[in-house]
Amino acid sequence: MTLGLINANPVVHAKKERVARTEEPHDDDAIDPLEIYEYVRDIRDPEHPYSLEQLSVLSEESITVDEKLGRILITFTPTIQHCSMATVIGLCLREKLKDCFHPHFKVDIKVAPGSHADEESVNKQLNDKERVAAALEIPNLRQLVDECLYSSEL
Amino acid sequence: MLTYASTPLFAPFSIPLLLEKLSSSLPLTKVESFKYLSYCTSKYGVERMAEHFKTLWSSVKDATYVSPETNLSTEAGFMSEMGFQDSDIMKQAFVLLQELVQQSNGSFISLILEDEDIKIFMNSLNQYEDFDNIPIDIRQRLHAVGRIISVCVNTSIASCNKVFESFFPLLMTYLGLSVAKPHENSCLAEDYNPPGRLNFGALYLCVEVLSACRYLVGSDELTPIPDFANQTWGVMLHNVSKSLAMVFISLLRSNVAENSQNAYVCYGVKGLQNLATFPGSLLAVSKSTYDSILLKLMSVVTSDINKTFLWTLAMNALVEIGSFLDKCPDSERLSSYESIVVEKIFSLISSDDSNMPLSLKLQAAFEIGATGMNFMLRVVQGLDEAISATLSAVYAHGNRKSVEPTVKLLEYYSNKVLPWFHKSGGSEEIPLNFALSIWDKIENNRSFNLDSLENELLDATMMAMKQAVGSCSEGSQEKIINKALGVLLSSNCLQWMESISGNTPSEAEGLQQIHKLDSFAIRDEWITSLFASIVIALRPQTYIQNGKFILQFFITTLLNGHVPSAQALGSLVNKLPLKITGTPLSKNLCLDEAVDMIFHSCIWTSYNGSTYERGSSEIDLSSLRLCSLSPESDKIHATIGLAWIGKGLLMRGHEKVKDITMTLLNCMISDGDRGSLPNSKHPSLVCNDEDLHHQLMKSAADAFHIIMSDSESCLNKRYHATIRPLYKQRFSNTVMPILSTLMLKYDSPSIRSMLCRAIAYVVSDTPLTAILSEAKKLIPLLLDCLSMMVEDIMNKEIIYSVLLVISGILVDKNGQDAVAENAHSIVNQLIELTTYPHMMVIRETAVQCLAAISELPYTRIYPLRTLVLRAMLKALDDPKWVVRQEAVRCRQAWASIASRSLHF
Repeated sequence: MTLGLINANPVVHAKKERVARTEEPHDDDAIDPLEIYEYVRDIRDPEHPYSLEQLSVLSEESITVDEKLGRILITFTPTIQHCSMATVIGLCLREKLKDCFHPHFKVDIKVAPGSHADEESVNKQLNDKERVAAALEIPNLRQLVDECLYSSEL
Repeated sequence: MLTYASTPLFAPFSIPLLLEKLSSSLPLTKVESFKYLSYCTSKYGVERMAEHFKTLWSSVKDATYVSPETNLSTEAGFMSEMGFQDSDIMKQAFVLLQELVQQSNGSFISLILEDEDIKIFMNSLNQYEDFDNIPIDIRQRLHAVGRIISVCVNTSIASCNKVFESFFPLLMTYLGLSVAKPHENSCLAEDYNPPGRLNFGALYLCVEVLSACRYLVGSDELTPIPDFANQTWGVMLHNVSKSLAMVFISLLRSNVAENSQNAYVCYGVKGLQNLATFPGSLLAVSKSTYDSILLKLMSVVTSDINKTFLWTLAMNALVEIGSFLDKCPDSERLSSYESIVVEKIFSLISSDDSNMPLSLKLQAAFEIGATGMNFMLRVVQGLDEAISATLSAVYAHGNRKSVEPTVKLLEYYSNKVLPWFHKSGGSEEIPLNFALSIWDKIENNRSFNLDSLENELLDATMMAMKQAVGSCSEGSQEKIINKALGVLLSSNCLQWMESISGNTPSEAEGLQQIHKLDSFAIRDEWITSLFASIVIALRPQTYIQNGKFILQFFITTLLNGHVPSAQALGSLVNKLPLKITGTPLSKNLCLDEAVDMIFHSCIWTSYNGSTYERGSSEIDLSSLRLCSLSPESDKIHATIGLAWIGKGLLMRGHEKVKDITMTLLNCMISDGDRGSLPNSKHPSLVCNDEDLHHQLMKSAADAFHIIMSDSESCLNKRYHATIRPLYKQRFSNTVMPILSTLMLKYDSPSIRSMLCRAIAYVVSDTPLTAILSEAKKLIPLLLDCLSMMVEDIMNKEIIYSVLLVISGILVDKNGQDAVAENAHSIVNQLIELTTYPHMMVIRETAVQCLAAISELPYTRIYPLRTLVLRAMLKALDDPKWVVRQEAVRCRQAWASIASRSLHF
């Protein structure tokens, strides 16, 4: 049985132009949302050969960071209400951030309020360490996540 | 395209096709069809095209006038085209238009001139008086019409005449002028002010027409139009030129310009510039008008310095007028330009009581001067006078206020004016006179009224002096150096020489006397420095009188820590002839003699080559003992001197550089001998002594930096140095083995750190290809260097350059083999550097190097994986974004050599 795509025809947005970072003279070079966004914008969607940026799942504004407390909060918006891929996207984000940031940062990943039918359970699932670890031990899921993170299909 | 245009027989088929293609909505298609059409027009001839004229015109009109596609370009502002930038379609349409007008002998142009739309537009210009009130689409149309008209005008004389007949009187009426009765124009009065707002549309079109005319007559200068005066447009233009000029001038008058009506100002200036650059033979403008144009522009340049926009425009216009004069000289105008503009500039520079800032003055002076050799000569005269006035203010009266302007003037002189003369092949009189006049100044001021040295001023003067001397020929250089020598001999500096002249230089007695005189008078220091800068910039062929004296003199001053003297000595030995040809005079100097003199002189003494065994401690110990006669501070100066002399010798490939290297090495390893010296002095003195000795060792190590690096201030191409190719390789090939054996031999940390310093300097300035062949041997050494130098914060620059060398080795194929052998130690060292706190680029480069190492053979690096990953985890927390980013990349690279997982 072949499953149909969950969202067969997503709206594709243009990629935003990358701003080259200029070497600023002042010493304050703290982590800012843009830096995080630079890392996650190119993660591929599990379903389509588009990046999360293109599908407007993420934006720079949806990321907040508090360097003092060491917290990063990412809110993402699944393309459709019943998207079963929301958890996969969340897993990808978590994996990517784990690679790119020092472990002392606590990463919270949430779906945007009202953007998903099963908002609460998705949030709970994504921020439960053990469930995340367990999920990543499933070979198929692991492979899917890796494909999203390292794919060069874009 | 070539096929289409191959024969006129295709015309009946291809033209309709192309016209149809033109109606497409795709921009690219339009551009293409315009291109094809204009090419075909030039090939088919008028007869074939005539039947399509109407359609062609309407399509051109569509593309340009009816629905213009222009972009408002922000950067160019009003400087051109009213801020509009033509789209590709428009550009091609205008090309076609020009082709048609040119081919058609007047039939096409009448089509344009009789076009209803254009006529209506021209008649409606009255509605839009003020620039700000013109809506954007009308502005676009105005621009398009301007372009169409100017294309018509600049195609041929005949079409130009037609355009003038139909439009010019109308335009003039809008501007309040009458073509027919020019003398009744109200604006001829000097203080004419336009009533209310000037009609911008008319002004714009008028200026466009003018510049098109200018282009027309400028394009065929070689065949002057004989009956210019009889051409309709010539007559018309001649009649109104004066009043036009007055209108333009009135636009620049301050009360109008103040409203920041940039558009008006811009076209006012543009109009003036066009009027003033009509070729003289066609004399559209009378002399008095010409003069008043120049006067107005000049007054803007001198007084309206706060209005940057206006100022730049006026300045550019003046420059254009000047360079036009330079191209087609016209005696009458040349004289007015000189008397009004150049003389004004001249007086501006030479007087200092003006509200104009010096930098603007200098900019104006240089830009005007650069338009022609004669102007530049005059401007330079002004500069010379200004420099000499301020210099004497400084010398004679110790006027501190004059220091800053003098520095500016001198910098301008050496950075702009002298290079300009050099480029435009001007006479060498300018630099010659400049140098001589400075020496005159010094000669005439017997005593300097300065409290301090004014280092900044001295530097600027030395720089200008070097530049000036460097651009002179041998003959002039001789004149300068003879003059300078005269001043030198008459100064107090001579007493120095006298004090040692009776003794053979190496005698200790002489030394003692020198040290009594170890403070320079300010004037003497100036003379010495300037003299040194002359010697630095001499050409190799220049004959130096009294060379021995000069040599001796520099050796003496060098020991007082005068660095330019050291550089001058280096230049001397670099350039002296090997043998004197002709009758040998006792005072002349050849290289061997000079080297002998240097080596036998007081402080570093000769060394006997036979005692040297490679790597042994007996290297040249005799010289050291003699050194210890003099205080350590002098030895430091001597090592610096040796470094420059060594550099000079090395660059010409002289073998004596070996001796110098040995002496320097000796200085570095002399630490061991210190213990045997009697420690009878007061403890604090000993401490001080130790410190000095450390400094001596350090300066010996730094000497290698001087020898290997390229210097801006002397011994380079600009100052005519003799440079043997590959001299750096040769030096590093000889010196590196010695340094590495010494490293093995000594384990005193202070000596080792000095050796490391030297190695780091030598390696970082050696070309990479030379290093790669030696990479296997070098890498352990370099790692030692890094670990030694990490401790001192002052070393960060050297660490960085060594790190760059390592990264160079890493990316090379051959180098990688060498790295693989030492992978473990390299990785360890690099990991240490990833946390180097003092310099961000060091951390960044270290992380990059680590990432490059992950490319090495798997078996070599796998054991290091955990180590690197752990270090990268730390680097992820770096305060700098760049380092964090590199760390993520590096981490990824290392993680993927085993699996994708980052766990370890």
